[in-house]
Amino acid sequence: MTRFEYSPATESRTIVDLKSSYGLYIDGEFVDGSGTSFKSISPATEEVLAEVAEATDADVDAAVKAARRAYEKVWAPMPGRERAKYLYRIARIIAERSRELAVLESLDNGKPIKESRDVDVPLVSQWFFYYAGWADKLGHAGLGADPKPLGVAGQIIPWNFPLMMLAWKIAPALAAGNTVVLKPAETTPLTALLFAEICQQAELPPGVVNIITGAGQTGQALVEHPDIDKIAFTGSTAVGREIARSVAGSDKKVTLELGGKAANIVFADAALDQAVEGIVNGIFFNQGHVCCAGSRLLVQESAYDEVLERLKRRMATLRLGDPLDKNTDIGAINSAEQLARIRELTAVGDAEGADRWSAPCEIPDHGFWFAPTIFTGVTQAHRIAREEIFGPVLSVLTFRTPAEAVEKANNTPYGLSAGVWTEKGSRILSMAQQLRAGVVWANTFNKFDPTSPFGGYQESGYGREGGRHGLAAYLKGSR
Amino acid sequence: MTGATASLRRTLDGLPGVDAVGLEARAASLATRSIKTTSKQWAIDLAISMVDLTTLEGSDTPGKVRALSSKALNPDPSDPSCPSAAAVCVYPDMVATVREVVGDRLHVAAVATAFPSGRAALDIKLADTQDAVEAGADEVDMVIDRGAFLAGNLDKVHDEIVAVKEAAGTAHLKVILETGELQTYDNVRRASWLAMEAGADFIKTSTGKIQPAATLPVTLLMLEAVRDYRIATGRQVGVKPAGGIRTSKDAIRYLVVVNEIAGDDWLHPDWFRFGASSLLNDLLLQRQKMITGHYSGPDYVTLD
Repeated sequence: MTRFEYSPATESRTIVDLKSSYGLYIDGEFVDGSGTSFKSISPATEEVLAEVAEATDADVDAAVKAARRAYEKVWAPMPGRERAKYLYRIARIIAERSRELAVLESLDNGKPIKESRDVDVPLVSQWFFYYAGWADKLGHAGLGADPKPLGVAGQIIPWNFPLMMLAWKIAPALAAGNTVVLKPAETTPLTALLFAEICQQAELPPGVVNIITGAGQTGQALVEHPDIDKIAFTGSTAVGREIARSVAGSDKKVTLELGGKAANIVFADAALDQAVEGIVNGIFFNQGHVCCAGSRLLVQESAYDEVLERLKRRMATLRLGDPLDKNTDIGAINSAEQLARIRELTAVGDAEGADRWSAPCEIPDHGFWFAPTIFTGVTQAHRIAREEIFGPVLSVLTFRTPAEAVEKANNTPYGLSAGVWTEKGSRILSMAQQLRAGVVWANTFNKFDPTSPFGGYQESGYGREGGRHGLAAYLKGSR
Repeated sequence: MTGATASLRRTLDGLPGVDAVGLEARAASLATRSIKTTSKQWAIDLAISMVDLTTLEGSDTPGKVRALSSKALNPDPSDPSCPSAAAVCVYPDMVATVREVVGDRLHVAAVATAFPSGRAALDIKLADTQDAVEAGADEVDMVIDRGAFLAGNLDKVHDEIVAVKEAAGTAHLKVILETGELQTYDNVRRASWLAMEAGADFIKTSTGKIQPAATLPVTLLMLEAVRDYRIATGRQVGVKPAGGIRTSKDAIRYLVVVNEIAGDDWLHPDWFRFGASSLLNDLLLQRQKMITGHYSGPDYVTLD
């Protein structure tokens, strides 16, 4: 028992005006849709938050038609400097309504309020500000003097960063002059619908942004719709493959941001306390529901004992619980389905002979929870070292030399991110050159910035989001 | 380079480096902890009991020092449940005056060793220390020779601490690193370790005469050092941030850092202190607010 107990410091949810049911946002208005509805629940309590419409093929068609009209009549012909005004307005409203967005994000997703408040929502606003600045400067994006938008973009986003993934998709698309039909994940649709309200508040012309809710079938209808010019998807590699297969042979452009199994490489000469923070942030940020999570820890063998001791001590201070409590570090697992997958893979870890250690923490009675966990004695042959768990589970491996670290880090079908921890600058540069990963973080992890491109190698997908490079995904260049 | 210096340097250079960006990010993230209601009440009382109520001015007089000593004994005359401060911290020549007021009920700390610059010969520093102890100080706050540290003359710094510790006898020795002059976090970690190796009972951030004085990241780093030192040697050393901590909110942030970096064992006035003067009144105002439900205002705490 600790002496210094922190009393509950719960962020009030009264700031969110949650409706009992939500329709689809098509052509600037909320409509009922022609299908059934499904429930969005709070993963921390299993309480039903709202009923949400499930878009049918007809609804998807209506949304794509609205987007096409808006593209041809309003948005593409509009000068970039005018489009920028709308994007700046949206960015400002997001910043103004940040608390409301953060609370709703934590309710619907289960992530701790300190993350939605201090990371997700600020980045969402920054993303819109950043791409607003590009809208009238597209001729300087390196894609020719007068690059053209692609048309109507179908965008499908995951449940781990619902609002942030929305911003990564919508901001560059709109800045470049495209219109969009976006489908949020079925477990986390609510902030996207609040974003639709923000589009109304910003008086964005009808049809420029359309939000359709639903599950896999809705997504498939969107991908297969003949009048879509571009598909942008973030999610699992399995679904990414299906999408690639589905659009093959068509004119549709595709960007995919898929899974990862990133190596976080700690050398013996690293600043150990900060490296331990980076390990924790790398895998336990957002309950490990992060495609670029540092889920494979590679520790130089000579520092193994010390790193592990510090890591366990640090993990014991992580506070798991109510996502709306400002002192919560680890929130809820997003869904029962995801929890089942984490349990299944960790059971495989046990069966394959790895040693499991979980931080001592009380698990609430309701909702979906998984204690921060590490597996030691893991080798490259273990499934938990190869497959993406997408949960708060770290596999710990060792290496002896920089060459071995590179070999092990690259020995994965993925290649989204990697981390390097050392006080030696030259080693950082040589590692970064050799690691096959879209992002290599040095002495930090999970840092995002709208000016920096993000994306993967191999089965982690193709295309880049963020920065000037992110515009290429939404423009026809003449080069 | 002597053999002893080389060996000391090897020990200190073998300590893990500090990544400044990561350290400051960790401190900033702990500063967002939200401490409310009963935990806030508990933390405020603990913070009051950890204050080394300090006056270190050329203009200090017996009258001023007596007033401060009474304040340390009974910080809130209107509420006997209010804890006393931990100690009164003064220059050696004021120690006897403090003792007259507080008797054995509080610790008396004296800044010795040619405070604050430490620029004097060793025998003068030792005489200063003995003087303070003879006058009744049971805690000695010494300064390290920052010049020697920065020049790489680690033996000199080390041996001086050993000598002052001996001169201080049974008095507790707090070693002031003056982190604002050491500049880098790597230096702070090395100096912390050096002081502990030389026998420090406490390591203290600053004299309060140099800016920056105590900061949250520096204190976090020193707490990591005492934590690691106890794991390595079994001996527990205290930490005292001093200078610049003025509000209850700040004090509570420091306690959160103590809690999450060093842990329970340091959440006690024997192991963590605040070197402060104006902090105490803000703690008292917040304490009154927690008890009565409204702010009383500066006229309801004593000015000393």
